[in-house]
Amino acid sequence: MRADGEVILEVRDLVKHYPLTQGILFKRQVGAVQAVSGISFDLRRGETLGIVGESGCGKSTVAKMLVNLERPTSGQIRYKGEDITKLSGRALKAVRRNIQMVFQDPYTSLNPRMTVGDIIGEPFEIHPEVAPKGSRRQKVRDLLDVVGLNPEYINRYPHQFSGGQRQRIGIARGLALRPEVIVADEPVSALDVSVQAQVVNLLERLQDEFDLSYVFIAHDLSVVRHISDRVAVMYLGRLAEVGTDAQIYEHPTHPYTQALLSAVPVPDPRARTRRERILLAGDVPSPAHPPSGCRFRTRCWKAQVKCAEVVPPLEVPDWFREGGGGSTHESACHFAEERDVLPPTEADPG
Amino acid sequence: MPESLEPQDAITPAGGGAMSLATSEAETLEKGPPPSGGVPTGRPRSLWSDAWQDLRRNPVFVVSALIIVFLVLIAIWPEMIASGNPLQCDLAKAQDGSAPGHPFGYDAQGCDVYTRTVHGARASITVGICATAGATLLGSVLGGLAGFFGGWWDALLSRLADIFFGIPIILGGLVFLSVVTSGSVWPVVGFIVLLGWPQISRIARGAVVTARQNDYVQAARALGAGNGRMLLRHIAPNAVAPVIVVATIALGTYIALEATLSFIGVGLKPPTVSWGIDISNASVQIRNAPHMLLWPAGALSITVLAFIMLGDAVRDALDPKLR
Amino acid sequence: MEHQEAQPVLLDVRDLQVEFRTRDGVAKAVNGVSYSVGEGETLAVLGESGSGKSVTAQAIMGILDSPPGHITGGRVFFRGEDLLTMPAETRRRVRGAKLAMVFQDALSSLNPVLSVGAQLSEMFEVHEGMTRKDSRAKAVQLMDRVRIPAARERVGDYPHQFSGGMRQRIMIAMAIALEPDLIIADEPTTALDVTVQAQVMDLLAELQREYNMGLILITHDLGVVADVADKIAVMYAGRIVETAPVHDLYAAPAHPYTRGLLDSIPRLDRKGQQLYAIKGLPPNLMAIPPGCPFNPRCPRAQDICRTDRPPLFAVAPGRTSACHFWKDTLDES
Repeated sequence: MRADGEVILEVRDLVKHYPLTQGILFKRQVGAVQAVSGISFDLRRGETLGIVGESGCGKSTVAKMLVNLERPTSGQIRYKGEDITKLSGRALKAVRRNIQMVFQDPYTSLNPRMTVGDIIGEPFEIHPEVAPKGSRRQKVRDLLDVVGLNPEYINRYPHQFSGGQRQRIGIARGLALRPEVIVADEPVSALDVSVQAQVVNLLERLQDEFDLSYVFIAHDLSVVRHISDRVAVMYLGRLAEVGTDAQIYEHPTHPYTQALLSAVPVPDPRARTRRERILLAGDVPSPAHPPSGCRFRTRCWKAQVKCAEVVPPLEVPDWFREGGGGSTHESACHFAEERDVLPPTEADPG
Repeated sequence: MPESLEPQDAITPAGGGAMSLATSEAETLEKGPPPSGGVPTGRPRSLWSDAWQDLRRNPVFVVSALIIVFLVLIAIWPEMIASGNPLQCDLAKAQDGSAPGHPFGYDAQGCDVYTRTVHGARASITVGICATAGATLLGSVLGGLAGFFGGWWDALLSRLADIFFGIPIILGGLVFLSVVTSGSVWPVVGFIVLLGWPQISRIARGAVVTARQNDYVQAARALGAGNGRMLLRHIAPNAVAPVIVVATIALGTYIALEATLSFIGVGLKPPTVSWGIDISNASVQIRNAPHMLLWPAGALSITVLAFIMLGDAVRDALDPKLR
Repeated sequence: MEHQEAQPVLLDVRDLQVEFRTRDGVAKAVNGVSYSVGEGETLAVLGESGSGKSVTAQAIMGILDSPPGHITGGRVFFRGEDLLTMPAETRRRVRGAKLAMVFQDALSSLNPVLSVGAQLSEMFEVHEGMTRKDSRAKAVQLMDRVRIPAARERVGDYPHQFSGGMRQRIMIAMAIALEPDLIIADEPTTALDVTVQAQVMDLLAELQREYNMGLILITHDLGVVADVADKIAVMYAGRIVETAPVHDLYAAPAHPYTRGLLDSIPRLDRKGQQLYAIKGLPPNLMAIPPGCPFNPRCPRAQDICRTDRPPLFAVAPGRTSACHFWKDTLDES
């Protein structure tokens, strides 16, 4: 675990509302989709923070705000102490060098009309100060090599590659400017199982090699556990629970985390009889009309009147704090309580 | 997504049935092997060179392209195959049938129909190409910017395009062209550009909106690329294909439109030589001298058909859904 | 569910072969696939994209896009009758009433301009000649059955008014409407969130028990398979490389590809070290390597693997493996 590095990214009370408008020429606002409603977290150097949640929970919007593709409605994202959400022009361009993104879909994230060399070399054209013109071609070849592709492929077009190879090209482009932070939005979910492992391993190797910090966003809880040092669970625009991977997976305290974990099928048929399933009722409410108080209360089996009235803060529960040890394990539930939902691991450790 | 999803102005090709079939094929195979088994083999090929490979093997393209090349050549040098003067007429031979050296016969004024038909190509091709170039340039710049920047500019432009769409072409032509009475090709070109750009701008706008949503545009932005780079490097190359397709098909219809306007007497006027004018003159005499109508009308039909077929072939080659 | 041989066989696929003829060449998508499902049994067909698992199902259902797809060999027996040789009309009747399919993408599988009630009741009107009123009542009943809340009020709603999970329930309702003997579910939960996925899988399993249906579950998700399957067929490059009862396969795979897949998935229930990654890529179906199709990626490959195509060896009762070295693979596990 590398949770002791300096904090390089601080996110504070991040909010993103998309206005819902009516009218054609003269639009008026009739409501808002509350995609992200006030989330805060820190990212340390060399650390991987996993953000998990189901579709529509706002995790991709967070990713876009981190790399400045969306402007937050309010809140701050501080990179090494400086708020980057209001930057523009030259200052913004400078910050972009340090925070890069890897996209989900390897088919739409590469321009089909550009060669691989042009795609990976584009960062150098945008930031000419990074690499003198004569050295760029060689740098692109080096990057191809780093991500495990044959440097001879430099003149090929994206459609000549498979999904996994395209994702490597996308990663090479993200690495070109030697960023410190990489925001990866579902980087392996479009890939086949066997290829997924190759890309996950590549991301881990690159992290060590270049001392990268990752924000790894995914819906696949297994992949997130594998790659993350810390995990944040999102539900309907808010963080439900934040902790180390062991805290979240082995000692979940938020009912949503517990339900989520219990629903994931485990590749072990013996688990069928050995685990309990928490089946949630109904669907996720619309982010245009989120429930009052705790957003999870409409599907929660523990919900009380208080849950509808008071928004539960994300904090280390009192009983937990007193117990010591778990001082970093935060949970946004009025009735947070530990419950083990994973199937017991191999009784015989052999 | 919160970003309001406008009704997509995607092109709906006429051969919709055939396309959906081919799409499902593409999907089935998408689940299949990665291209070239993952290990890229052969020389690098761009989408354009792929399209060219397709076109070369498409008989529809080859035939229509040959016709068009021929038409363009006689539009530039009609003397190549018709050395006579289209304005030199002999009333004594009015409405005569074919004679040695005058295979198409004579029209009501005693002019040689063959010479006039050959020389008429120039007006049609000039109007077609110039009007298409103008409408495409105007439409794709306006539509492209509207699609890229969105907002009030987009709303304003879309409504403006709607207004032009609403003008009935013949009525508009009667009004506009009876004010400008020079009878040369340029007012006709101007009028067609004026009514033609909204169609192109809709296509361009839709194509840009679609291209803009691609992750690679986001990726470029995340790298710090400016608007110019995003538009020219990432969006335009991925949005031109549908515009080219529609423009090629439009070219054929513009030629037909010129003939229509000339036919009703507001387009080109004598002494300009035009198929539309000749068709108009001949239609009065259709009973006793059908050959007068047959040749210019046939030339017009073949020309329009050639461009529309070319557009079809280009669409089949460029449409990314078929790739 | 330990009913192995006792159940009468419902569907018996034998040596099925499918190819796609495209302008770039012939892709051999399915190359001699055989499997069978009994009443009340769940067969999971596991494979990555391009393995031919979905194409096999399409061929069974008779919904293969043709052209470019062509069935070039094999037989598909449903209750002893060959679906591939029976007259089109008979086959259509079997397909509607006895064989049903659930697709991955419910939104595009439902007609957007008809209410879900209309689409459900149509099944009864067409196949059972019911009156409008009766069929409507049946539709509501079915929606209740798949636990769509307020079914009576929602029967007139259109597909886009339902969430992804609810739409998949409607798809399941349509599949079970005529009480089929066999359901083929092609990645039924892949597009759904985990919590919803669990609900839908539970529903499917429950209905299967209730009607004693056979179920073919096509998926790439080793977790889902472990949860519901009785037996598994693993596919690679259009072939079955291993078949086994579910417990045996997870305990000790007998094919290096299965072994590789199991080792390459991260686990929810423990923090692993580096993942095992199968090297290379699945083969191009237009140029499948000679010998064992997996040989270029196989850690165990010998000369024989590059020349001789391994048949399905009987490993144990109810278990087969298409690997020359199945014994070594099994012993190592």
